[in-house]
Amino acid sequence: MRVPLSWLREYVDLPAGETGRDVAERLVRAGLEVETVEQIGTDLKGPLVVGEVLSIEELSGFKKPIRHCFVNVGDANGTGEPQEIVCGATNFQVGDKVVVVLPGAVLPGPFPIAARKTYGHTSAGMICSARELGMGDDHAGIIVLPPEYEPGTDAIELLQLVDEVLDIAVTPDRGYCLSLRGVAREAAAAYGLPLADPALLDVPPANSFGYLVKVTDPAGCDRFVARTVIGVDPNAKSPIWLQRRLQKAGIRPISLTVDITNYVMLEVGQPLHAYDKQRVDGPITVRRAQEGETLTTLDGVERKLAAEDLLICDNSGPIGLAGVMGGASTEILDPAAGPGTTEVIIEAAHFDAVSVARTAKRHKLPSEASKRFERGVDPEAARAAAQRAVDLLVLIAGGTAEAGVTDIAAPHPVRTITISADLPDRVAGTAYGRETVTRRLQEIGCSVAGADVLEVTPPTWRPDLTDPYDLAEEVIRLEGYDNVPARMPNVPPGKGLTEAQRVHRRLGVALAGAGYVEVNNYPFLGEAAFEALGLEPEDRRRRTVKLVNPLNDEEPSLRTTLLPGLLGALRRNIGRGNTDLAIFETGTVFLPKDERTVAPRPAVDHRPSDEELAELDAALPDQPRRVAVALAGERLPSGWWGKGDQASWADAIEAARTVARAAGVELTVRQGQLAPWHPGRCAELVVTGTDRVVGHAGELHPRVVKALGLPARTAAMELDIDLLTADGAERVNGPAVSGFPVATQDVALIVDTAVPAAEVEDALRSGAGELLEAIRLFDVFTGEQVGEGKKSLAYALRFRAADRTLTADEASAAREAAVAEAVARTGAVLRGA
Amino acid sequence: MSAPNKSYDPVEVEALKPEVVEQARDEAIAAFAAAGSLDELKQAKVAHFGDRSPLALANREIGALPPHAKAAAGKLIGQARGAVNQALAKRQAELEAERDARVLVEEAVDVTLPFDRAPRGARHPLTTLAERIEDTFVAMGYQVAEGPEVEAEWLNFDALNLGPDHPARSMQDTFFVQAPDGSADSGVVLRTQTSPVQARTMLDREPPVYVVCPGRVYRTDELDATHTPVFRQVEGLAVDEGITFADLKGTIEVLVEKLIGGGLELRWRPSYFPFTEPSAEIDLQCFVCRGESVGNPDRPCRTCSSEGWIELGGCGVVNPRVLVACGVDPNRYSGFAFGLGLERILMNRHNVADMRDMVEGDVRFTLPFGMEI
Repeated sequence: MRVPLSWLREYVDLPAGETGRDVAERLVRAGLEVETVEQIGTDLKGPLVVGEVLSIEELSGFKKPIRHCFVNVGDANGTGEPQEIVCGATNFQVGDKVVVVLPGAVLPGPFPIAARKTYGHTSAGMICSARELGMGDDHAGIIVLPPEYEPGTDAIELLQLVDEVLDIAVTPDRGYCLSLRGVAREAAAAYGLPLADPALLDVPPANSFGYLVKVTDPAGCDRFVARTVIGVDPNAKSPIWLQRRLQKAGIRPISLTVDITNYVMLEVGQPLHAYDKQRVDGPITVRRAQEGETLTTLDGVERKLAAEDLLICDNSGPIGLAGVMGGASTEILDPAAGPGTTEVIIEAAHFDAVSVARTAKRHKLPSEASKRFERGVDPEAARAAAQRAVDLLVLIAGGTAEAGVTDIAAPHPVRTITISADLPDRVAGTAYGRETVTRRLQEIGCSVAGADVLEVTPPTWRPDLTDPYDLAEEVIRLEGYDNVPARMPNVPPGKGLTEAQRVHRRLGVALAGAGYVEVNNYPFLGEAAFEALGLEPEDRRRRTVKLVNPLNDEEPSLRTTLLPGLLGALRRNIGRGNTDLAIFETGTVFLPKDERTVAPRPAVDHRPSDEELAELDAALPDQPRRVAVALAGERLPSGWWGKGDQASWADAIEAARTVARAAGVELTVRQGQLAPWHPGRCAELVVTGTDRVVGHAGELHPRVVKALGLPARTAAMELDIDLLTADGAERVNGPAVSGFPVATQDVALIVDTAVPAAEVEDALRSGAGELLEAIRLFDVFTGEQVGEGKKSLAYALRFRAADRTLTADEASAAREAAVAEAVARTGAVLRGA
Repeated sequence: MSAPNKSYDPVEVEALKPEVVEQARDEAIAAFAAAGSLDELKQAKVAHFGDRSPLALANREIGALPPHAKAAAGKLIGQARGAVNQALAKRQAELEAERDARVLVEEAVDVTLPFDRAPRGARHPLTTLAERIEDTFVAMGYQVAEGPEVEAEWLNFDALNLGPDHPARSMQDTFFVQAPDGSADSGVVLRTQTSPVQARTMLDREPPVYVVCPGRVYRTDELDATHTPVFRQVEGLAVDEGITFADLKGTIEVLVEKLIGGGLELRWRPSYFPFTEPSAEIDLQCFVCRGESVGNPDRPCRTCSSEGWIELGGCGVVNPRVLVACGVDPNRYSGFAFGLGLERILMNRHNVADMRDMVEGDVRFTLPFGMEI
């Protein structure tokens, strides 16, 4: 809602020096969200005056028509002589009153004006269009003023070019603030000043000879006021003040009748509709649509109506979507295109908020009217609004108000709210006292009776006030939130973070400590992502949760893996010249359940049953938390110290171990195969001691690397944190540290290339027995010496006993037992044996 | 040289004459002092303090002396040897220090050589900002609660007093999840706020409830410098007997002081949220310009766009209807709730000009934030 300060002052006598910003600050503290205070015309400087065109000489020989004019600007140019001006517009004639800007002036831009030579003549100023003056976008031609203004009159004042406009974002509970009347009411309360209510008009009572209206759906339309005005001058133009107010409020002037309905809507908050009476066929009926009916609305679109749509109809059928938009067939006619409208029916009705909201949504037709009805319009303002429109049509358009007054009103129960007088105190945590509560409620238009328990009747323009807490809020906001004291609640002792939350933090810290940078990607993806990853058609990860209204039609799905987003971020970084990268992401993936159901919508007046709550959860996809890493380029950089290390499959697996260690879980690595990993360089990550696969790590498949434009040997890991930590971490028992000396023995074993090192190590470990303190693979060797298809694995074994110094024989025996186990399990051959 | 066991007068033993001992002593001390290196000192030590040195030989003579003379001779030799030993140690220390100094000089390196071999990592500032806020509340006794990002409409809207036709539903542009039949009537959405976690928490446990709920939320905005369709909120909820708006104010004040710093004014603006009543928007006095940029074109402030205030988030007293829908007795309990947008706080607290930087995952953006903020 755009509120010109000059207009607001008409209803509240604000202090003279009060700026738009001052008023905004007060309104903000009362709960109106003033988004901006627009300064209009601050960079405008005169002289800008009314001129009378004395002569026009059409210049020829130029690409476009050019006029050489003399204009009487009175004494505004200091000489009283006609002003010589060259003008490119042609929509005026000799004798017209126009707006002239004289040399020395500055137009909005800023655009300083000086006399200059152009098209062979001197142009000492300019005849102005609306756009040049910052009045709107209308650049069709220059402004032609009504004839009554004297040449030389200051046009800045005349055209109200300097003003401040408050732009207010009205929250859904405050429909009444979509009007000057409502904003003025808030301003009056904020300043403690009286309000001149524009809806307080003398209105003749309803009678039986008004335009015939039948309402068949009083629930959808509980008020319908109709007035008629005849003898309207179709050529009458909206006066400047009216146009200017509409423009500043953000509404384009169209024609006098339409402008008046818009003006009254802005002023009082009641949407009005004007019908060309001669085009309406018979009585007006308000009813729901029938299947198959259509209506061409004012915007020229033919709309298929749904049975729920509330309509305004005449004998010919629908002539309007109630509270949303009128129909084209009864539209006010523009005299430029034939005979203009001379007889007008003014509709001021009250429609059901939900019905209007649904119709506007169904037809994707949010209008100024529907916006107001959805948020609640004062049903008691209808008569005054109609009267105001009639008065303006009579005053400005020369019309005659017919005596008939139609006013159909469904009975309105009086809404009374019972509120304990100390409820505001209890909600705010401070003591206002009964008198303050009563006074504040009266200020917003409530009638209040009672003492400790108040019977409050809210005003008709506040349909949002329905329960005692609504009233408490009004009192607290008007008393000022700033005046509520600050206090701390008495929180019972807390339990701290859960183990899962601590793990989640730890693994982020661990990965960052290991040189990974965290990224957060959007979870949206599409088929292309799965293609790039080389997923088989039946891969489960292709079964996604899909959005009805995705941001991008190519990415309608929610991720089932973190990799597409992560690899995208990797590529983005590389594209920006960061070549050595290690990044990670944690976040949920979205896995549809096998049985997909629709979530119920339980009632809200009590707690849903446990069954209903279970149904709600059953309709949601599984949303486990994952962690993933991606690496490319050098993991350890080369430098003056020597060569670095390329990121590889091994780093990806190490990252998995880093995560597992942070979670206090031991991982076992198995050879695996899963897209998008390299089939020979993919590790399956298993929780040690279980068969639970929690993820994969390794080098990406060369095809994937190519498809995504990533560097060769790009590596990645993804694992499911929830699965990883499903058993929880075991409590660590402090080890007994032996003080006896260590005995170190090395062993090199030759095995088939296909034998996993992890199996050899497992065998050595179990063969060596209790004396083995640690085992470390220090060399892997392939080559002629070990034979084709073989590899040599060299281990350092550390033996130690808890209670004695080991003899060389004991250590050797343990080593031999270890080797024997490896030989037995993996077919290893002791190297050098 | 005298032979042992020979009976003689000690004063007649040449080697034990005081002047001889003193001379040997002085010569030894002089030799040590003259030694210019540890090698030379070693030679001097052999010559003057070794087994065959005059003082050592003299010492041996003592054994042959008659008992009455042993004490005096022993004292004489002992003092001399003591002095020599001291001189030797002193010189040894001096020369070692000299050598060490020389070696250390020779071993000097250019320590300004860049050594950045260990790759640097960092956590995303939105993650660490959320943790900082969590920690503030955990310290007050709150718990951290979480909920699903794909959420039932009922929990995201209905339970929070946003009925099917509530105009506020169109305020939040919602991503709807396809139903099994492909239609929009799945009853499931991407949560538009972290508030459904509030509802879940209340449905889940008996009051008193004190929780903070961090998480990702979704709205159908296009990504630009100040909007992102996927963003983060931290929601707070307290439900207990006698909770008031005053408790909310006190709590937010503590949070702001911990998060941003003290001494800044807060502005509590009445606003509207269906799930709270009364509702408020909290504005923080701009901590960069402290309001001095307002109406002052010569001193524009980028942080607050010269508004003087920075929007922190929304809050209010929990609407009793929400309590009812979540099975909490509104006649016994009341609550407050607040929600903060983390992106905006990060922008303000750390002067981030463009929200896209938080989304795109450029490591150059994230690295400077390190492990905590």
